[in-house]
Amino acid sequence: MINLAARDILHGWGKFALTGLGLGLLIGVTLTMAGVYRGMVDDARALLGNSGADLWVVQQDTQGPYAEASSLKDDAVHGLRGMPGVARAANVTYFTMQVRRELAGSHEAANDVRAMVVGIEPGAPGEPGYLVAGRQITRGHYEAVADVRTGFALGERIQIRRHHYIVVGLTQRMVSSGGDPMVFVPLKDAQEAQFLKDNDAIENDRARLAANPAFNRAGTPGLLAAVQALQSSSRNVNAVLVQLQPGWSAEEVAEPIRRWKHLEVYSRAGMEEILVAKLIATSARQIGMFLAILAVVSAAIVAFIIYTMTMGKIREIAVLKLIGTRNRTIAAMILQQALGLGLIGFLVGKISATVWAPIFPKFVLLLTQDAVTGLIATLLICALASTLAIRAALKVDPGEAIG
Amino acid sequence: MTMNNNSTASRKSGIGGILIEGLRKVYGHGETAVEALKHVNMQVSPGEVVGLVGPSGSGKSTLLKCLGAIIEPTSGRMTLGDEVIYDNRWLTTDLRALRRDRIGFVFQAPYLIPFLDVTDNVALLPMLASVPNAQARARALELLGALDVAHRAKAQPSQLSGGEQQRVSIARALANKPPVILADEPTAPLDSERALAVMRILNQMAQQSQTAIIVVTHDEKIIPTFKRIYHIRDGQTVEEAGAGFSLEPRLG
Repeated sequence: MINLAARDILHGWGKFALTGLGLGLLIGVTLTMAGVYRGMVDDARALLGNSGADLWVVQQDTQGPYAEASSLKDDAVHGLRGMPGVARAANVTYFTMQVRRELAGSHEAANDVRAMVVGIEPGAPGEPGYLVAGRQITRGHYEAVADVRTGFALGERIQIRRHHYIVVGLTQRMVSSGGDPMVFVPLKDAQEAQFLKDNDAIENDRARLAANPAFNRAGTPGLLAAVQALQSSSRNVNAVLVQLQPGWSAEEVAEPIRRWKHLEVYSRAGMEEILVAKLIATSARQIGMFLAILAVVSAAIVAFIIYTMTMGKIREIAVLKLIGTRNRTIAAMILQQALGLGLIGFLVGKISATVWAPIFPKFVLLLTQDAVTGLIATLLICALASTLAIRAALKVDPGEAIG
Repeated sequence: MTMNNNSTASRKSGIGGILIEGLRKVYGHGETAVEALKHVNMQVSPGEVVGLVGPSGSGKSTLLKCLGAIIEPTSGRMTLGDEVIYDNRWLTTDLRALRRDRIGFVFQAPYLIPFLDVTDNVALLPMLASVPNAQARARALELLGALDVAHRAKAQPSQLSGGEQQRVSIARALANKPPVILADEPTAPLDSERALAVMRILNQMAQQSQTAIIVVTHDEKIIPTFKRIYHIRDGQTVEEAGAGFSLEPRLG
């Protein structure tokens, strides 16, 4: 028996191809939306994996350092290094800001890049796990390692607050949960940049303190100087990253830290839960809504196209019925055409998504399992959408061929 | 080719062609009922081509649809080939197979399937009757040869002239070797020369395949080609000779 659907598609391949192209772009958007969500989850996992930490020690009753603000004293790390099961521990700071690129041979700032500046102790947990170019930070000040997405090049000078840094290394897939690329700088520099104020502000604060009789007492020499010193220095960090000794479980180490140090401790699973289930949950729901709307729009378009194409063949369908074609043969023809349209659309969509995904500013992860799910969903939607046209075709009176 | 029906020896008539006895068709019920066919009698022998003429609303289309097993008559009896198919009720449960295997259709416009080539347009019918593809195509080529369009076997319908398309549609009607062909104004869109050519072909095919052909027509120029004509008016048929028959006073 002749495959009527295939013959019809071949006969009007131009119309089919154009329709499939339109549908395909819609499917491409759908696959990309799914890829954006996957990319966010993968970025979060990469952020945790690349930090090299087994435990995140943060301020009590907070979900820091990525989801909430967390602040703890930088000497807390010394006590943590002595806790049972702790192999290594290091302070880290995180803050998002505009990092300026300097023009070559000029001190004038050029364009700036939004980045998450990470303060790390060189050679300790928190340092980027691998580099794609250059070297790790070896000096205590004014060196930086940047993610390639910042667009910074090796040897380039960048400005963070008042200080200038040389980019000595480039890393990859190091982005914040918000998708901002990371710039790693030495911890002391980062603390200064994050918590220290500019000179004018310090001077104003000193004057304000000097005018306050509570701190500037005539009978208490040295009090004002001590308070001023406290206000112009920072000993805070956002978190302490801990690596475990072999044979220790995360909970075995975390429990005594919570009890004795009065700090919050998260394992990798716990931190992943915060990042994936809480931090990007709203974005995931947003994307889910988009996917649902796109599915409905795709179904409506396929239904409309197939219905219109079927209505354009009413006379042929009447003739087919008159000469004895089974209803199921006619239904199969329409169903196969809808599925064919879906297949063309899916192929176009998959190719489009693959082509444009790298252009997106945030990481878009196109998974094979999503593609397979997308294909099944597309075929199901097309099959569902064809029922309207099939119903109309089966109602056609064979007598219409006679008139 | 087989037909899915419950034919029995008692339904065999042995008349060949088509025989219609006391056929009635009433649309609607009660006061709104319209009797489209009142008491139609008709007989067409194998190998014979008869004309069916009548003014608009006379019941031609209804009769054609009853004969074509598209609508069910109200009462009467119809015999196709050697088998009674209707005797106050359909005697077969599968009207689709009846149309496919026992009745050929030729329409005013050829209505070829635009996405099939000429051969497959003709071969589709045997294929629908489960004839293997190669055998169906061989039959199609044989018919196309007989109708002098074999050279267009691979062409698409849109590439054919009107006359060629009509010949292909005749080949399609003959594909399953039906005992009866119903032709609904097959020459309407054609000029005189082509219309007469189509009628020659129908007569030739009727002779060769011993098929009974009923041609519904308004076309004055082909009237002389019929030996017998059934004139239908107000749902009743009157048999007349083709020679000397004129549509003018009857359709006016």
